[in-house]
Amino acid sequence: MIVEVILIVTSIKLLFMPLYRSTDFEVHRNWLAVTHNLSIDQWYHDTTSEWTLDYPPFFAWLELGLSYVGKIFDPEMVKIENLNYASEVTVLFQRLSVIALDTVYLYGTYRCARYVSHGNLLVYIILITNPGLIMVDHIHFQYNGFLFGVLFVSISNILSNNWIYAAFWFAVLLNLKHIFLYMAPVYVVYLLRAYCFTLSSEDGVHTPWYSFSVGNLAKLAATVIFVFSLSFGPFIDQLPQVFSRLFPFKRGLSHAYWAPNFWAFYNFADKILQFLFIKFGIPVAVEEASMTGGLVKEYQHAVLPTITPTVTFVLTAASMVPALVKLWHLGADRRYRSLSFFRCLTLCSTCAFLFGWHVHEKAILMILVPLSYLSVLGKMDARFYMFMSMVGHYSLFPLLYPKNLLQIKMFLLLAHLCIVFYYVPRLYEPKIKMSKKRSFLLLPKLGALQTLYVYGLICLCVYENILHPFLGLDKTLPFLPLMLTSVYCALGVFFFWIRMYKYFLYYHLSKVPTLTRTTKPLRSVKKHT
Amino acid sequence: MTKRADPDKFTVSKYVLLPGLCLALLVRCCVAAYPYSGHRKPPMFGDFEAQRHWQEVTLHTPARDWYRNTTHNDLQYWGLDYPPLSAYHSLLLGLLADWLEPESVRLFASRGYESDSHKSFMRWSVLLSDVYFYFTAALCLCIDLERVVPAAERSVFKRTDLATGLCLLYPGLVLVDHGHFQYNCVSLGLFLWATFFIVAIEKDVMATALFVLALNYKQMELYHALAFFIYLLRKCFMSTSNKGRKAHILRRFVKLAFTVVGTFVIVWYPLLHSWDGVLQILHRLFPVKRGVFEDKVANVWCSANVFIKLKYVYNNEEMVQTCLLSTLVACLPSCLDFFFRINRKKFILCLVNVSLAFFLFSYQVHEKSILLVAVPVTLYLPEDPFMSFWFLLVSTFSMLPLLLKDGLLVPFLCCSLIYVSFYSLALHLSERGTGVLSFLSAHTVYSVANIQKHNRVVLKLFSTLFFFSLQGMFWLGLGSLLVAPPPQYPDLFPLLISVYSCLHFVWFLAYFTYSQLQLPTCLPLQPKLKKN
Repeated sequence: MIVEVILIVTSIKLLFMPLYRSTDFEVHRNWLAVTHNLSIDQWYHDTTSEWTLDYPPFFAWLELGLSYVGKIFDPEMVKIENLNYASEVTVLFQRLSVIALDTVYLYGTYRCARYVSHGNLLVYIILITNPGLIMVDHIHFQYNGFLFGVLFVSISNILSNNWIYAAFWFAVLLNLKHIFLYMAPVYVVYLLRAYCFTLSSEDGVHTPWYSFSVGNLAKLAATVIFVFSLSFGPFIDQLPQVFSRLFPFKRGLSHAYWAPNFWAFYNFADKILQFLFIKFGIPVAVEEASMTGGLVKEYQHAVLPTITPTVTFVLTAASMVPALVKLWHLGADRRYRSLSFFRCLTLCSTCAFLFGWHVHEKAILMILVPLSYLSVLGKMDARFYMFMSMVGHYSLFPLLYPKNLLQIKMFLLLAHLCIVFYYVPRLYEPKIKMSKKRSFLLLPKLGALQTLYVYGLICLCVYENILHPFLGLDKTLPFLPLMLTSVYCALGVFFFWIRMYKYFLYYHLSKVPTLTRTTKPLRSVKKHT
Repeated sequence: MTKRADPDKFTVSKYVLLPGLCLALLVRCCVAAYPYSGHRKPPMFGDFEAQRHWQEVTLHTPARDWYRNTTHNDLQYWGLDYPPLSAYHSLLLGLLADWLEPESVRLFASRGYESDSHKSFMRWSVLLSDVYFYFTAALCLCIDLERVVPAAERSVFKRTDLATGLCLLYPGLVLVDHGHFQYNCVSLGLFLWATFFIVAIEKDVMATALFVLALNYKQMELYHALAFFIYLLRKCFMSTSNKGRKAHILRRFVKLAFTVVGTFVIVWYPLLHSWDGVLQILHRLFPVKRGVFEDKVANVWCSANVFIKLKYVYNNEEMVQTCLLSTLVACLPSCLDFFFRINRKKFILCLVNVSLAFFLFSYQVHEKSILLVAVPVTLYLPEDPFMSFWFLLVSTFSMLPLLLKDGLLVPFLCCSLIYVSFYSLALHLSERGTGVLSFLSAHTVYSVANIQKHNRVVLKLFSTLFFFSLQGMFWLGLGSLLVAPPPQYPDLFPLLISVYSCLHFVWFLAYFTYSQLQLPTCLPLQPKLKKN
């Protein structure tokens, strides 16, 4: 069954080949050329293209490897001066490389799904049909599937208590793409608590300091240092240059399209205040705050104080701390700690997403992908995912702006939602009476407030795609729909974050029903893409 | 209006229904992103331009001039050659296009008009027509399929969700309508609705009316006409009592005749102004001059043409007569059997046989006409999954040269892969622990489908044939992609594909005719026993 589903999903990915692709396509083509032609000490110095190499070294090595294959397809593609080169064969090769590297994701998720006793097939299908990943990787063009694959390999090692391997793969992941640094605190806390303390207490509060194992810590540290030295070793004499490429703080607080996070509210409030101030004649520093600028522009707020990177980091760290402390305590229990690990991973990604500096909307995948794995592990988590699968994926829609992609985005999302909304509730209530349990117009498993929110989302979708152009507003206010989407989705993400945080902090092990699994594993969860 | 057998016992399995529908829609949208036929190929472009041109013509000229060569309507440039309903559909779309993007339907000025927004508009129009006509009909037929199945004959292929998926994901129709660009879904949807009214709820008048509408959308629906005609005629002669039998027969016959004539008159009324006009339209619809086949078609004449140049043996008139005669001979067994040993279950088989005979032997066949056979076969798939699946694969493959010309290779491969995977998934859901490649084995498929029709030797033979047939398709496909044909035979691979598919179709005609003859007689008006 898995094979058939994989085949169907892969065929869909293949069908996406000629569709719109973003500038990321050129970015990766340029990296192929840069790594192929220059010696490694030039990799992070080259400025032929504006799309300079800003991923860590392992990814650059991967590009180097790919460039040798690409050369067979079309030698022109690996020439640095061929900017914006996109012959048909180049497109074919690049698209196929994403699809081929996705096997890592298929493998990683398979390894993780094996550990689920109830609904393992379902979780696998939910993971590999994730519309966000498919849209970002196979239409927009990126290699997230591969990266998440490595993440899942690492996580599967955590689930099977192979701590060193878990640390190793996570370190590798960090050296492939450094955005996963946001997940690092969770790894640190969890590995320290679960691996470096050899004893586990039952009450989940007390920390047995006496059982601290220096040897284990040394092993972990050695693994991580080994990986990092392997990665950054060759670049040792140009570290400042590499880091300036990896962490470009000049890019501004928000991206061109605001990611649906806390700063979207902040920017929105600034806009409103600016508008009001001008209306009531209070002088403000109007320098036509441009939020459309895009690439490398620092955004000055008109009324509210301008945010510096330090502020965002303090906020992010502060918001993560309670969850990490809770994880430290929950990490005591052997049976359920990997579940807590997953929850904390999701939460910390959400914190980073909400308060981080220059967060891209694609980063929402870092919430959605772990959360989709959680959806089969607990009733509340399932509800969170059902809610977020709509909000999160919808917030990715503006990424693929061409109008002719609308129906593809919609049906991709709908197919996924059909699977989630049909099968996930059945996992927890095998004998569901749909007609009796659900009142009129209320979506399954969602409260009244959430349902109302989702209807709002539908209205927003209709407004953006039909009413807004129809009223002719797309000429005068072209960015209004984007702003509305981002603020409205930010509302949803914020709501989810608070609910999930509360759930996690109040989660107590005594509340977990000690199930003796008499029910046989549900193998035949019927479905396909 | 709906006659439900037993409303209490009637549940539809919908495990994969919604995801399947979304998948079918998604596949259509993805295929629509590929180029259409004649994309950027002046001066004549392709079917896309034909449809756009018809919108332009129907919008700007009065109805009586649609089929006539006038100063505003140049029939040499994609003149209208489908019946009036098609033209009305074009007019409707033309009005919409005129409102949304007037440039695209300017008289004369818009020839060869291509823009992204217009392409989206046209693609959306196919998608919506498809959903409105074809999806609904397929869904209704599949729900009915599960309703009438007695418990003993239940199988995965008769489950609504899987049957719908297999019906809607059929690659041929998706590729031709959404890739190549045509509106086959409308006429085939109407035809399916007509079939639904016969198979499911026995409303003969509705069925007649809908079929006449389908016929008035595309004259190719004549392929199915014989089966409908025989069924309806035979039903006229059935009555419960002997008293007043003749009056009864006459009343039924007159009712149906009125329906046919009435529908025709309504559809043709705006165009009726003189007999000449009607003849002119008929002349447009059935162009005898265009030769026995175009391009390379997987039918008997094209294959025979390899050995005997038919052009030199017969002239056009003789050819028409030969075609007519051979077609009649080919569909005679099926028709006679259907008339004298009527059984409602035979209806779909009769449709398959008659349309296949027409495809193989009739005059002026187009390679896309295989869809008219394939759609009844998708309906027959739950009854005989192995053979129908094989047929559907071959029918898609037979259109490969056409699809290659349009640059639809990737969609062809992907849609076929999706279809095979979905079929394999259906086998898997029967929970018999079937493997990925079990669809290759006739024995597994028939045991999953709960059918004991053939003995093991025959099944082995079928499996072997199927395997080698797939091999042949694979190598032929690969050859036509990679091997350059010798300069004196530029059409070598299309021809080989046609002959190869033709051999298959002859074999399928024999097989399906045999299956039909195997079914027993069963009068439809006998009170049916409810077995569940």
